[in-house]
Amino acid sequence: MPHIHLGAIDYAILITYFLFVLGIGWVLRRFVHSSEDFFLSGRSIPAWVAGLAFVSANLGAQEVIGMGASGAKYGIMTSHFYWLGAIPAMVFVGVFMMPFYYGSRARSVPEYLKLRFDEKTRGFNAITFAVMTVFSSGISMYALAKLLELVLGWDFNMSIILSAAIVLVYIFLGGLTSAIYNEVLQFFLIVMGFLPLVLIGLRDVGGWSGLTAKLQTVSTGAGFAPGAWNHSWQYLGSASSNPMGVEWFSLAMGLGFVLSFGYWCTDFLVIQRAMAAENMTAARRTPLIAAVPKMLFPALVILPGMIAIVVTTKSGPLIPLGSDGTPNYNLAVPMMLAHFLPTGLLGLGLTALMASFMSGMAGNVTAFNTVWTYDLYQSYVSPGRSDRHYLWMGHAATVAGIALSMAAAYATTRFNNIMDMLQLVFAFVNAPLFATFLLGMFWRRTTGHGAFWGLLIGTSAAAIHDGLVLPMGAVPGIKGGYLGAVLHTYPSEMAQNFWTAIIAWSACFVATILISLATRQNKSDEELTGLVYALTPRITEHDVPWYKRPATLGIVVLALTAVLNVIFW
Amino acid sequence: MKLDIRLPIGLLFSVIGVMLSVYGIVAPTTIYDRSLGIDVNLWWGLVMLAFGLVMLGFALRARRSAPPPS
Repeated sequence: MPHIHLGAIDYAILITYFLFVLGIGWVLRRFVHSSEDFFLSGRSIPAWVAGLAFVSANLGAQEVIGMGASGAKYGIMTSHFYWLGAIPAMVFVGVFMMPFYYGSRARSVPEYLKLRFDEKTRGFNAITFAVMTVFSSGISMYALAKLLELVLGWDFNMSIILSAAIVLVYIFLGGLTSAIYNEVLQFFLIVMGFLPLVLIGLRDVGGWSGLTAKLQTVSTGAGFAPGAWNHSWQYLGSASSNPMGVEWFSLAMGLGFVLSFGYWCTDFLVIQRAMAAENMTAARRTPLIAAVPKMLFPALVILPGMIAIVVTTKSGPLIPLGSDGTPNYNLAVPMMLAHFLPTGLLGLGLTALMASFMSGMAGNVTAFNTVWTYDLYQSYVSPGRSDRHYLWMGHAATVAGIALSMAAAYATTRFNNIMDMLQLVFAFVNAPLFATFLLGMFWRRTTGHGAFWGLLIGTSAAAIHDGLVLPMGAVPGIKGGYLGAVLHTYPSEMAQNFWTAIIAWSACFVATILISLATRQNKSDEELTGLVYALTPRITEHDVPWYKRPATLGIVVLALTAVLNVIFW
Repeated sequence: MKLDIRLPIGLLFSVIGVMLSVYGIVAPTTIYDRSLGIDVNLWWGLVMLAFGLVMLGFALRARRSAPPPS
């Protein structure tokens, strides 16, 4: 594949962006006086800033590339990752869960678990989360550097060092505030960088009607009904009639409920942005404000993939074939950038891609340094030191976190299988989490033993289920079936992932209830005030106008999402 | 707010907007074969400049109406 050639103007735009990102960190360094300034922005961030950072931290380069790839592979069905797999959970965390996260004054999600349950539950969550953030930022760093090597011919090592160094400098200087401010900047850059691509691409394929007509050919060519790429729900009756290979129940329960709520409602990477908000109403509005752009992102990240699959160049289809002879869908978005954007806008598009990478990585790093310093170092290694000391440790953890991410990126180049295995283990650990939080927040009888053993049982259930099943066409190994027997074959890998999540969640939910009933409550009612629904005074919102209240915003967001689902049914 | 985030956003978008528009005026038109013959650098540069100026406007207005630091 020939490399894309960049002009001087492209480099100039990229460098201008880098200078601004570093400059923001430089200006903000003056405002970091305490550990709470560094890790939680001194809880001073306005709702709209926290909201855009919330959605931007989630929008890493892997999402931009991956959702574009899925758009090409599955068509409009990919929107389920947004309208079903994100928005309802974002509304739920803002309206129902944020009062406990923010109201408890916990400084992190693991710390909430410590206040609500006990030390072992916190320790389990803090350790798995810290390891996970380092590896996921390492893996996305690897993915970005590989992509830049393939598309632009940039040196792999240079990409890794450059991107790591920039993220390191601005977080080191300004802490979470710097990460959040840059995430807002990155949000606008991502929108402005990808929008022209969508507009030009749509115009080229004859607008929306031209695109859907061409996608019908793609769909019938793949052996599905003509509308399979153009409808989100219509072909979900059975797994064999849509390209994703899932049916509506596992999609709704696995993705829409377990995985989505497990991520948006419990992952400290996003929750941290809301915890940094200036007051309770702002914290609750953070995920709701984030839901508005999230709802519209499919147009920005899925549509380029859908356009890419129908565009053909002089030398054949736009999406090149990979080494295994099937289209390399991960190149859909980069090829679109190269095909439609002239020098100038190409630099802007590339800057947007870098921005999405940095926002995702900064999210991981800030979540990591906070959990390490507060939940691991202060709790187990060296408690009772001065705040100055923990601030120092925050800076050290930022350096260490980025160094470990780089190590993980290089490890990925050598041991691809280990990375796949780690991601699988993380999936097992994450799947049951939402059951623990749901019971912890809304059932006061849930005990520490119940939460901890429930989590372990849920995680084991996921591992056992995955070990006994396989997706169609796979051989036993990393994809499943590693326990010796294959009891069930799923129509696709995605269907198997959804069912693993459903089973993990259900096992954790039932086990937590049973163990809680059999064990004594380890917390008094006073200790649980502010942490559990039944023991927390209702929030009064008389001073907030009705249109600014979280519930109003939540209903509006849900209604709009429902409308989108109907339009693209 | 410690630093009005709209200030750096406004500045960055204005700068990139000007860079793109100027390049759009001076660059040879043959590079727009890819973008269906449209001088997208000029047009999108102007869109970005407009967005940047709106952000700057908000930031400056907020600064003027803010109480003087005590």
